[in-house]
Amino acid sequence: MNRWLRQHWLAAVRAFEMLTSSPTSSLLSIVVIGIVLSFPAGILLTLDNLRAVAGQSLESQQLSVLLDTKAASDDIERINTNLEKIPIIAYFQFVSKEVALQQLQQEAELAEIMRNIEQNPLPDVFVVNLEKVTVDEIEMLRTAILSWPKIAHVLVDTDWARKLNAILDLGRIIAIMLATLFGAALVFAVFNMIRLQILTRGDEIKVSRLVGATDSYIRRPFLYFGAIQGLAGALLTWLILAAGIAQINRALFELARLYEATFRLDHFVWLDSLALLAIAVGLGWLGAYVSVTRYLLRSDSI
Amino acid sequence: MIQFMQVSKVYSGGFQALQGVSFSISAGELVFFIGHSGAGKSTLLKLIAAIERPTSGAVRVGQLNTGTLKRSMVPYLRRSLGLIFQEQNILYDRAVLDNVLLPLQVMGMESKAATARAHAALDKVGLLRRGKANPVSLSGGEKQRMCIARAVVHRPSVLIADEPTANLDAAYAQEIMTVFRSFHQVGVTILIATHDLTLIENRSRVLQLYQGKLAQ
Ligand SMILES: Nc1ncnc2c1ncn2[C@@H]1O[C@H](COP(=O)(O)OP(=O)(O)OP(=O)(O)O)[C@@H](O)[C@H]1O
Ligand SMILES: [Mg+2]
Repeated sequence: MNRWLRQHWLAAVRAFEMLTSSPTSSLLSIVVIGIVLSFPAGILLTLDNLRAVAGQSLESQQLSVLLDTKAASDDIERINTNLEKIPIIAYFQFVSKEVALQQLQQEAELAEIMRNIEQNPLPDVFVVNLEKVTVDEIEMLRTAILSWPKIAHVLVDTDWARKLNAILDLGRIIAIMLATLFGAALVFAVFNMIRLQILTRGDEIKVSRLVGATDSYIRRPFLYFGAIQGLAGALLTWLILAAGIAQINRALFELARLYEATFRLDHFVWLDSLALLAIAVGLGWLGAYVSVTRYLLRSDSI
Repeated sequence: MIQFMQVSKVYSGGFQALQGVSFSISAGELVFFIGHSGAGKSTLLKLIAAIERPTSGAVRVGQLNTGTLKRSMVPYLRRSLGLIFQEQNILYDRAVLDNVLLPLQVMGMESKAATARAHAALDKVGLLRRGKANPVSLSGGEKQRMCIARAVVHRPSVLIADEPTANLDAAYAQEIMTVFRSFHQVGVTILIATHDLTLIENRSRVLQLYQGKLAQ
């Protein structure tokens, strides 16, 4: 084993000794870190899942393409051919303004009003039924059709998705703010834990320095200590979220059956899980680094 | 090897512990520092190990000026020294052997070689069989010898001992001096601060401090 590896191995071993020398407080602090991280991680996870819903393919979506009142029969013909060429359209139907008026006049409540109208106010309409598509695809189709001549409006009900996305963006900002706050809390928790560890190890540090220990030698086991606590805390967070998801999915399963839909929460993908662990390790390391360095600078020379 | 040039030390409280001290010690010398309590002996030794820094003047140890030595270089200075201080700095949470191993561990020595060295050092001070014991169980003289083993385990070229025989009866004190002499014989430079004039043999070099000044 080379010198560098050996130093790190020994530091890690000493960190574990520190952890196990006061198992209760180590365990408690890991639990605290785990719970603290669960808040922002849980919110981010929920947002991820909601975003997946917003991006999900939607079945049986309908567009209403309202034509300009000046549209002539050859315009209608052209639009008809154009619509036929679009693959994501399952089928469509032309409803002329006369037919639409007739339909309205048959509706009991509106019949009176409609019968007294002199001029037909209704436009010609294509009612378009789509294949299974995403909100984005619908939006693209809408803009495309709007750019054709003699099209007045394209009505589609994707507003909910846009609103959801806006809310999700807001939620994300809040989650990131929370994550920053809770991350800082983690740093302080580790900082304080290390400070207490150092207090009980003042003699060891003093003697080590007298016999030629460098600052990094003294810092190293504490850095591992902080990093291990961060890692263990993040693992606990992951498990808490997994348990929460399992519980919620059980409830969602019932709900989804009633609506004949499939909807379930997913855990972080492995890359996000790794990021969670890495960030927690980094924060634990940082808390330890600041704590030990502050001590070393304050107790200069010995 | 070790050189003091017009060294003064004023502690933060304003107390002047050393004043214009100059001397020079060559490699392989054995030098005693004597003087009344508060004369500045410990202060002088601490300046060599950069535990304290001089207020003015220069302290040279080998190639290094310990007065201006960068903080990050201090550990490397100390690795060339063996320190035995008045406060014994013993770690009671580990065995005698592990106390002695400490200087080698901080240098990153591989553990088999380090253990062999530590055993050799303990053997040298007659504590080979107490390696696994906890330092609490050692007598005063044995503790002092353990500290010597720890101070020499990394084979420093300079050994600095502050009152190494304090609180020991004469027999123990002589025993410890024997250990020092054996290191001196293999070329280690040795600096001893002491009240105990009986330790000093004829022909040894003696530097006397009086109220922070060298009285030669
Ligand atoms: N850290 C300090 N802060 C302020 N004054 C100090 C400090 N260390 C030592 N002194 C003072 O400096 C003077 C010299 O102290 P030093 O320890 O060098 O004396 P000494 O010769 O070793 O004495 P002794 O034989 O009692 O060990 C003393 O008067 C002491 O009170
Ligand atoms: Mg003294």
